[in-house]
Order: sequence, then structure tokens, then C-alpha cells
Amino acid sequence: MIIQRLCRQLIENHKDFSSTILIGLQPRGIFFSERIVEELAKSGHKVKWGIVDPTFYRDDFRIHDKPLLAKSTDMKHSVEGMNVVLIDDVLYTGRTIRAGMEGLMEYGRPKSVELLVLIDRKKGREVPIEATYVGKEVESFDNQRVRVMWKSEGEKEDHVIFLND
Amino acid sequence: MKLSTKHLIAIEPLKKADIDLIFSQADEFKEVLSRPIKKVPSLRDITVANLFFENSTRTRLSFELAEKRLGADVVNFSASTSSVKKGETLIDTVNNILAMKVDMVVMRHASPGACQFLSERTNAVVVNAGDGTHEHPTQGLLDAFSIREKLGKVDGKKVVIVGDITHSRVALSNIYCLQKLGAEVMVCGPTTLIPKHIESLGVKVEHNLQRALEWCDVANMLRIQLERQEPGIPYFPSLREYTELFGLTQDRLNALGKEIVIMHPGPINRGVEISSEVADGPNSIILNQVENGVAIRMATIFLLAQGIKRVS
Repeated sequence: MIIQRLCRQLIENHKDFSSTILIGLQPRGIFFSERIVEELAKSGHKVKWGIVDPTFYRDDFRIHDKPLLAKSTDMKHSVEGMNVVLIDDVLYTGRTIRAGMEGLMEYGRPKSVELLVLIDRKKGREVPIEATYVGKEVESFDNQRVRVMWKSEGEKEDHVIFLND
Repeated sequence: MKLSTKHLIAIEPLKKADIDLIFSQADEFKEVLSRPIKKVPSLRDITVANLFFENSTRTRLSFELAEKRLGADVVNFSASTSSVKKGETLIDTVNNILAMKVDMVVMRHASPGACQFLSERTNAVVVNAGDGTHEHPTQGLLDAFSIREKLGKVDGKKVVIVGDITHSRVALSNIYCLQKLGAEVMVCGPTTLIPKHIESLGVKVEHNLQRALEWCDVANMLRIQLERQEPGIPYFPSLREYTELFGLTQDRLNALGKEIVIMHPGPINRGVEISSEVADGPNSIILNQVENGVAIRMATIFLLAQGIKRVS
């Protein structure tokens, strides 16, 4: 339902998607962006799609205890002059999106960049980044992690879980 | 997943998981190197010193490019133009450089164990870029990575290393790295250039090049390390005789009736260990090795740098 609504909003703003490219952010934005692409295909919209890994652009490199490992980036299209829609599952501090945007700019200068997220954790933003399209806003505590589980990764159905640290 | 080591001194103590991790990250860096903008800012607050106490073109350039493409600051040092000539010891030279707030040291030195020695006495992360006749770990990694890229996997492949095994650090790193990844390794060369008891590392020894080529999937040709051979000792009668017996020519390849992959860590002595026709031929991945060298070094430095904690 939420995905269908988000797709309708996208279609409204991007018409035939001729100068639009959807970009999933590694690691977990990929599942969501695949679903969006699938859903758009159902209504006959063929869209360009890419994957960007923000790891190399993160600002917490060498601060985390856990090492940061790069995941694959797959960009077959230049973003020069395109309208880009960045896609991620959860928006929280905004730092991943910031890193993703920096990574994106290595592939050219897009005409515009929008952000589409499934879950917007309203509190906890550390940089001034807001989503253009929001699936659902949730209230959560700082010590919680919000994770979206997808059918395409072997789950029975799509669902959102809250994990307490 | 993180590396099991703080420094990269040798392949010998590494685990297979370490090598797999470096390879998986190198895949991503190969993608970075194919972009219009071949640079990422991950190491923008890290300074790396390249200390080359021995001559090098490829390795030094490759390390420097890798460091710069990760966004690190780089200082270069070569022994011929430095205070080493004035009698300064290794540890003093390095401590002086580290006093200038350097986080990582990439070192090539003529003495085996120099990097180990340094890593025990400094706080910086040490990367071995070749220590005497001991090891050249990033070369071992990039050779195995190139085989994996060309043949799809390393496991089960047969690799022969031909040439001056005794004086080669590339050979030792290759043997360890390939064996950890499941390949079979053979060394081939004149008896005088094969170390005694090398079979104890689990490698086959062959003194006939044609038989070695018939056995293998990959042939890694090494240079005669004239600068490391003790002067006055005749390891073989003449260069011409060496070429006759151990030089890789197109005729030898044609006689095989199968395709094998040809590698060489450089610098090539054309017409000695390998003919120009073979070095530039379709089965040669010599230039791919050089290209992969940057990605492998980026991956290694990227992973090691995560061990340097940022202090605020």
C-alpha cells in the first residue's frame, strides 16, 4: 500500500521518467529500491536504476569499533543533468544520506536530487536533511534501531522491527 | 569482519579470511578506479610515508597512487637522497619521520625482517613493500587476485613460478598466498637458484621448463635478481644458456597444445626470462597485474587504516 502510494507520487512528479534515475543506497536501501522499480514497472514505467555505496564517504570512518566495509556500487548511467531520486529504507541521523549524496556527485552533476525513504525516524537528525517522499513517520527512542525486513531477502512478509540496543 | 593483523609484514601469518576480505574490498576499489573521478575521501585525515631504501618504480608509484586515491596525504622518501647516506640508523630515520605525525609507513628495505623490526618499535602501521629476499606481500596478493580475475578462482589451479626463486621475495609471498587460497604451486629454475628444502613449504620442484609448463595453468616468470646474487658466484654459466633453458618463448607455448596464463611481476628483462612476443601476447596478464596492484593496495591500506583510531 505504502509503496503504491509512493510510486504514484513519483509518477506525478517525474511523468515518464525519461530524465530520472533511481538510486538505492547500500546496504539496505537496495531491497526497497528494487521494490519501487518493480512496482513502477507494473504500471508500465521503465526507469533507470543504480546502486551507490556510501562507505567511502562516511564521516565515522575510524570512529566505529566495527570496521566499515565497502559494498558494491553499480552505476551504469551518468547522473549528469538527471533528476535523481535517492532511495533508502530508514532516515535517522541523515549522515548516510549525506555520504550517499557525496558519492553520487562523483558520477556527474545531477539536475536535482530528491530523497525517498520508507521510514522517517522523526527525532535524531544530526544534519539538515529531509526526505521528499516519506512512506511512514515513526517515533522511536535513541537507543533503538529500526530495521525493515523484506520478502526479497527471504522473510515471510515485509515488516518493520524495533531493536533495543 | 576485520583483518587479523595490525601491520602487513608478510603473507605467511595471514588467514585465508584476511585474503578474501582484501580481495572483496579490492573488487570495490576496482570499480572506484573505473569511475570518471577515481578518488574517494576515506583517508583524508591520514598521512602515509613511503620509505624506499631500495629502488622501485612500479611499487612506489602504485602505493602512492593507491594512497592518493584514498584521499591520504603522502610523503615520499628514497634512500639515495636522504640522511641515510650520512649514517643515520633505520630506527632514527623512521622515528624522525613519525615525529612529524605520520600514521602509516610503507617501507621497502634490502634487509629481510626490516619491516618486522620496525613494527615492533613504532606506533605507526607498517606495510611491507618488499624486504630483501623475504616477502613482498602486496605483490603476492595482487598476483593471486589477477589469477582469480582471469580464471574465476584460485582454488585448484596449478601455478608454476619460474626463475630465481632463491633471491625472490615475490616467490615466497606468492607461494604462501596461493597455497592459502587452495592452489598447487611448483617452482622451476636451475638447481643453483632454487633454495634447498623448499619442498618443506609444500611446493613441487621441477628443473625442466617444458615439463613445468605442461603441468601448469599459470606461469609466473621471475627476473634474475642480479643485484641480490653474491658477486663472484656463478649461479649459471651464461645468461644465454639460462634463456635457452628457462626463457619463455612463443615456440615453447605453441608446443603445449593448451592455453596457459602468463604473469610477470616486473621489471621484465625482455629476451632473457621471457620473449617480447610472449610478454605482449594474448595470454599475458602482465599489465592487468599492474592495474590490479593499485586496487589491492587501496584495499590493504583502507583495511589497515581502520585500526588507527581517530583521537579527538
